[in-house]
Amino acid sequence: MRYSWASLIAQSLRKHRGWKPAWATRPVKPHYDVIVVGGGGHGLATAYYLARNHGISRVAVLEKGWIGGGNVGRNTTIIRSNYLLDGNIPFYEWSLKLWEGLEQDLNYNAMVSQRGVLNLYHNDAQRDAAARRGNAMRFHGVDAELLDRDQVRRMAPFLDFDDARFPIAGGLLQPRGGTVRHDAVAWGYARAASALGVDVIQGCEVIGIERDAAGAATALETTRGRIGAGRIGLAVAGNSSRVAAMAGLRLPIESHVLQAFVSEGLKPVIPGVITFGAGHFYISQSDKGGLVFGGNLDGYNSYAQRGHMPTVEDVCESGMAMMPALGRARVLRSWGGIMDMSMDGSPIIDATPVPGLYLNAGWCYGGFKATPASGWCFAHLLATGASHEVACAYRLDRFATGALINEKGEGAQPNLH
Amino acid sequence: MRIHCPFCGSRDTGEFTYRGDAAPTRPTVPDEAAFIDYAYLRDNIAGPIDEHWYHLHGCRQWLTVRRDTVTHEIFSAVFAATLATEEAR
Ligand SMILES: Cc1cc2nc3c(=O)[nH]c(=O)nc-3n(C[C@H](O)[C@H](O)[C@H](O)COP(=O)(O)OP(=O)(O)OC[C@H]3O[C@@H](n4cnc5c(N)ncnc54)[C@H](O)[C@@H]3O)c2cc1C
Ligand SMILES: [Zn+2]
Repeated sequence: MRYSWASLIAQSLRKHRGWKPAWATRPVKPHYDVIVVGGGGHGLATAYYLARNHGISRVAVLEKGWIGGGNVGRNTTIIRSNYLLDGNIPFYEWSLKLWEGLEQDLNYNAMVSQRGVLNLYHNDAQRDAAARRGNAMRFHGVDAELLDRDQVRRMAPFLDFDDARFPIAGGLLQPRGGTVRHDAVAWGYARAASALGVDVIQGCEVIGIERDAAGAATALETTRGRIGAGRIGLAVAGNSSRVAAMAGLRLPIESHVLQAFVSEGLKPVIPGVITFGAGHFYISQSDKGGLVFGGNLDGYNSYAQRGHMPTVEDVCESGMAMMPALGRARVLRSWGGIMDMSMDGSPIIDATPVPGLYLNAGWCYGGFKATPASGWCFAHLLATGASHEVACAYRLDRFATGALINEKGEGAQPNLH
Repeated sequence: MRIHCPFCGSRDTGEFTYRGDAAPTRPTVPDEAAFIDYAYLRDNIAGPIDEHWYHLHGCRQWLTVRRDTVTHEIFSAVFAATLATEEAR
């Protein structure tokens, strides 16, 4: 069923009793041309583009829980392409371009809202860094504007401009950045992929990777039986090390927990996304009115999907330093998600040393914005065997060759990225 | 989470700095593959692991803490130096 004004009106006249499930539940086939493990945003987008761009429709997405139950439904929904390094900017800009046409392409309302992303700076050194980043972006054709204090004040008068330690000196704005309704992205891709013949299989956990005499990955053992595959793509954010270990691989990744928070619903107050430059804190307002905010990783290895109190305190303190009015809002909920923290803070989209097994991993806390391009490029890799040009720096062997993509320059200490 | 420091007693994790998995050990011979392994590759286990925590806002000792990465339960904490001397014996 195509969603449109006409279908909406027709359904309202029938008291909304005629809506069909957004994606089909079909029996599991014994063999697929490509199996994508992980029904998060990246896995579902990969399956969709395999069918749409490459005509490969004997594809299954295997999800151990339910669609949208992982990080794709836990993130703080920010999209942007304000990166600094050459390996990153073209990829994230391609992703932002795909976001701009996504709802029309999928025929699904993902509430893509380009309300702007503003990174504050608080001193001269940070202004230089912001100008350098903005210039790097502009060299790649990405929008960036360096704002002074008065321009920021006009946009966001409620910030604490005169904080004794961290007065706000200005900000770097990416007007095309913004937010997207996160779980609608999972549902939209699942629906569009399913319509092209992809099997979206929920409640199906991969527990083993079967290999032939030559060592190639040929099938998956799952909680719903053995399923054969021409090629296998892993997109299991947060659990990449565990699934890769089933094929004897060790990855340059640690799993860490990141928390997020949302307040009670308020009238519109925050125009876009605002990030603090003197600590790690970012905030936006959802269309329901909740203030959505977060900060640093908890900082220790975790698979727990919940964090500890010192981080809650740290996030709230940073928030109060940037926007004191926040103290009047009540926090409604907080939660955690498990992040694949890579050793240089950048992702991996590459073949592995195991023939037939491909890896999409290491998205750290920034993989939501990457969803469309990640799916696009991973599908390209799975279909053609070659890296897509905007993702060719995301190699698995870069940790051995030294071609790291380290935006923060923190070294091989994942909790600092 | 609270860590029972052998010197300071039971303390909030906010007092500590995290280094990570205690399993990787620096290679003693100049072998490239071994160094790549040491610097970048991790087992990243879901379950109990040994890890290094530094008691920054306490006794400033490095501890080896056994902790479950799935439940966050902490089983033991000993001075990393003591452990290293014992292992060297
Ligand atoms: C609190 C928080 C805030 C964030 N904020 C942002 C943000 O503002 N902007 C941004 O760009 N990014 C953000 N991120 C990061 C982003 O959410 C992730 O990088 C991205 O969602 C990961 O890709 P995914 O959607 O495919 O992951 P997921 O949705 O986690 O998908 C992976 C799936 O694999 C499944 N799986 C795991 N193991 C198996 C198995 N053995 N068999 C079958 N299935 C398996 C899991 O159940 C899961 O559903 C945030 C993350 C968190 C936790
Ligand atoms: Zn101590």
